Amino acid sequence: MDMKHIRTASRLLLLLTLLTGLVYPLSITGLAQLFFPWQANGSLLKKDGKIIGSTWIGQSFTSPDFFHGRPSATSPLPYDAKNSSGSNLALTNPMLIHALQTNIHNLHLLDPENHQRIPIDLVTHSASGLDPDISPMAALYQIPRIAKVRGISNDVLTHIVDQYTMRPYAGFMGEPRVNVLALNMALLSHSKAG
Amino acid sequence: MTQHNLLQMFFYFIIIILLVRPLGWYIYRVYEGKSCGLNNIFGPVEQGCYRICGIDSKQGMSWKTYLYCMLIFNMFGMLLLYLILRIQYYLPLNPESFSSIPPDLSFNTAASFVTNTNWQAYSGETSLSYLTQMLGMTVQNFLSASTGLSLFVALTRGFSRQASGTLGNYWVDMTRGTLYILLPLACILAMALSAQGVIQNLNPYQKFYALQNPIEEQTLPMGPVASQVAIEQLGSNGGGFFNVNAAHPFQNPTPLTNLLEMLAILLIPAALCYTFGMLINDRKQGWAILFIMLILLIPIAIMTVISEQQIVPNFISMDIQQTGNMEGKELRFGVFNSAFWTSLTTATSNGSVNSMLDSYTPLGVFSALWLMHLGEIAFGGVGSGMYGIIMVFIIAVFIAGLMVGRTPEYLGKKIEPFEMKMACVAILIMPLFTLLLTAIASVTTLGTSSVSNPGPHGFSQILYAFTSMGNNNGSALSGLQANTPFYNIAGGIEMLLSRYWVAIPVLAIAGSMAKKTFVPKSAGTLSTHTPLFIFFIVSVSVIIGGLSFFPSLALGPIVEHLTFWGYHGS
Repeated sequence: MDMKHIRTASRLLLLLTLLTGLVYPLSITGLAQLFFPWQANGSLLKKDGKIIGSTWIGQSFTSPDFFHGRPSATSPLPYDAKNSSGSNLALTNPMLIHALQTNIHNLHLLDPENHQRIPIDLVTHSASGLDPDISPMAALYQIPRIAKVRGISNDVLTHIVDQYTMRPYAGFMGEPRVNVLALNMALLSHSKAG
Repeated sequence: MTQHNLLQMFFYFIIIILLVRPLGWYIYRVYEGKSCGLNNIFGPVEQGCYRICGIDSKQGMSWKTYLYCMLIFNMFGMLLLYLILRIQYYLPLNPESFSSIPPDLSFNTAASFVTNTNWQAYSGETSLSYLTQMLGMTVQNFLSASTGLSLFVALTRGFSRQASGTLGNYWVDMTRGTLYILLPLACILAMALSAQGVIQNLNPYQKFYALQNPIEEQTLPMGPVASQVAIEQLGSNGGGFFNVNAAHPFQNPTPLTNLLEMLAILLIPAALCYTFGMLINDRKQGWAILFIMLILLIPIAIMTVISEQQIVPNFISMDIQQTGNMEGKELRFGVFNSAFWTSLTTATSNGSVNSMLDSYTPLGVFSALWLMHLGEIAFGGVGSGMYGIIMVFIIAVFIAGLMVGRTPEYLGKKIEPFEMKMACVAILIMPLFTLLLTAIASVTTLGTSSVSNPGPHGFSQILYAFTSMGNNNGSALSGLQANTPFYNIAGGIEMLLSRYWVAIPVLAIAGSMAKKTFVPKSAGTLSTHTPLFIFFIVSVSVIIGGLSFFPSLALGPIVEHLTFWGYHGS
C-alpha cells in the first residue's frame, strides 16, 4: 500500500478534528451563551448577591428545619458536586441493607412521633449523588417535623409543597417531583415573611 | 407497568417510527452522493477537505483498500487521542489543572473511544480538561460513529452492486457522514439540550455557598457538556462528560432532556433500517429488519421495567413505603424512565446510563446483559448494528437453505462457503473474547480484586465488564474497580479486536458480494421479509446469544435472582 493513503488519513483526521473538536463545540458554546446564558452557565441561583448553588444540583440538608433530599453516596462528603457517584451497592449486598437501616434510624431520630412509612426515595441513594428532587410523598412525610420546628401549620406547608410540585409533562411524561432547594428557599422566605 | 408507562413507551416508539422514513431517506441521499439540502452550507467544506487531503471523490475502492484506509484512519485517531490524554497537563483549556492520564488508562480510554465503546475507567469531572473533552472525546464520538456508518454503507453496496470490484470511497463516506448527518443532528440536539439546562461553557469550576451551610465553599463542575452529550447519544457512543453520565443533572436535568436523549439513542440506528431498504432497492427488507429489532428489544424492555418496579424483598421488613427499586436511580426519571433507558442503551451499543446498574434487581441486570449478548444487533451501534444483523441474516439463510436443500441466497446473491466462514468469524469473535476474559478474571486475583459486591453479583460485575467492552457498549456495573492495569489493558485489547476484527470479515463479504451477479428470482427463492422468516431470524439470534451465554448468566444474575427471592417465597 502506498504513502498516499497515509497522507490522506493524517490530513483528513486533522481537518475533521478541528471541525468536530473545536469549531463545533465552540460554536455551540457561543450560541448557547447568546440564547440561553443562564442555562448554559449552570442555572445558578443567587441569594443576597451570593451564588448559593444550581437549580439542578441537589444540596446536603441535615438540620431538622429543612426539607431533606435523598441520601447521597458521593465521597468524602454527601452532595459533593464535583464528585458525582452512586452507591453501586447491589441489592443483595448487606452493606446496602445496613445503609438503609441507618437512614431510617436517622429520620426516626429527628421526628420520633412520625410513624408513617417512609417513602423509598428518602432512604435510597440517588444515581448521581446530586439528585435535586424528592417525590411529593417524601416532602409530605417531612411536614410534621418542619411544622414543629418552624412553627408553621401543616396546612401552609402542604400548600407550599403542592405549589412547588412539578407534574409530569402532558400528564404522562416523567415523574411528579419537588425540587428540594427551591422548596427550602420558599420555606425560608415564608418564615421571614411570617 | 402502569398505563402512564405504556403510554410513554408507545409515544416514544411512535416518534421513532415516524422519524425512520425521513431520516432514512436523507441518509440514503447523503451516501449516494445526491444533494440533500445542506449542500450550500457544507458543500464548500466537503470540497475543501477533498482538495486539501488529495481525495479523488470519484474513485472507488476495493474492499481491501477500503479496509486499509479505515484501519489507518482509526489508528491515527487512536494515537492522537492517546497523545492528547498523555500530555493533557501541558495543553490549554485546563482550568482545573488536571494532570496527564497514566499510560494504561490512556490506552484503555483511547481504544474505548475510537471503537465507539466509550467504556470509561476514569471520572470525567475529576480527570479530563475541557480541551481533552472537546478535541479528544467529542472528536472520536463523531469519527467512530461515522466509521460505523461507512462500514455499513460499504457492506450494503456489496449487495446492491453486481460484477463490481469497488465498494465506494472510504474518505468520501467518512467526510459526508460526518458533515451531513452527524454534525447537523448534533447541533440541533445540543441547542435543544442547552435550552433545557444542560451546561455549555468554558468557565472554571463554579464556587458556591450552599443554603444550609454557607460557611464552607463548595464547587460545581462546568464545561462544554451539551455539545458532547448530543453526539454521545446520536452516535451510540455513550461516553459521558461526568462520572455518572446521563444521571448527572448537568447532563440530563429534566424529563424532557431525558426523552430527547433517549430518542437520540435510537434515532440513527432505527433510520438505517430504512436507508438499507432504499440502498438495496427493496424497502420491505428494511422494514423487516426494523420489526425484528423491535421484537428483540420491546419484551426485554418491558421485563426490565417490571422487574425494577417490583418491591425489593430485602426491604420488606423495613419501615419503608416501596414504590419500586429507587436505589441508584434519579427521582426525575423514576423507575420507568431509568429502566427503559437501560434497555435502550444496552440494546443499542450506546452504553450511557441514567441510573446505576449495579443496584438493579438481578433480573434487571440479566436483561441488560442479555441485550448485549445478542451481539448488539437489536439496533446496535450506528452502522455496526446493521452489519451485525446482516451477518445473522447470512447465517440464517444458510440454515434455512440447508433445511430445504437449496443454495442459500440473500438479496439475490448466492451465499457460498467463503461468506459463511466470514459471517461465522464475525459472529463468534465477541462470545470468544467475552467468555475467555471473564473466565480469566474470575479465577485470578487480577480480576477478582476489583469486585465490589459479594456473591454472584460480583461475578456479574466481571461478566458485565467484558460483555460491555466486547460489544463496544460501554455501560458498566460501576462498582467494579475498573481502573487497574489488568482491566485497562485486557479490556482495551478486547475492544479493539471486537471492533476491527469484525470489520475485516464484514468488508470481505462486501467485496465478494459485489463481484457476484444477481440470481434471477424463482419459485424456490426464500423471501427474507415474511413473518415466518422474521420469526426465524429472531429465533436464530436468540439461539446464538442464548447458547453462548446461558451458562455464564446462570452463574451470575440467575443465581442471584433465586437467592434474592428465595427467602420470601414469591
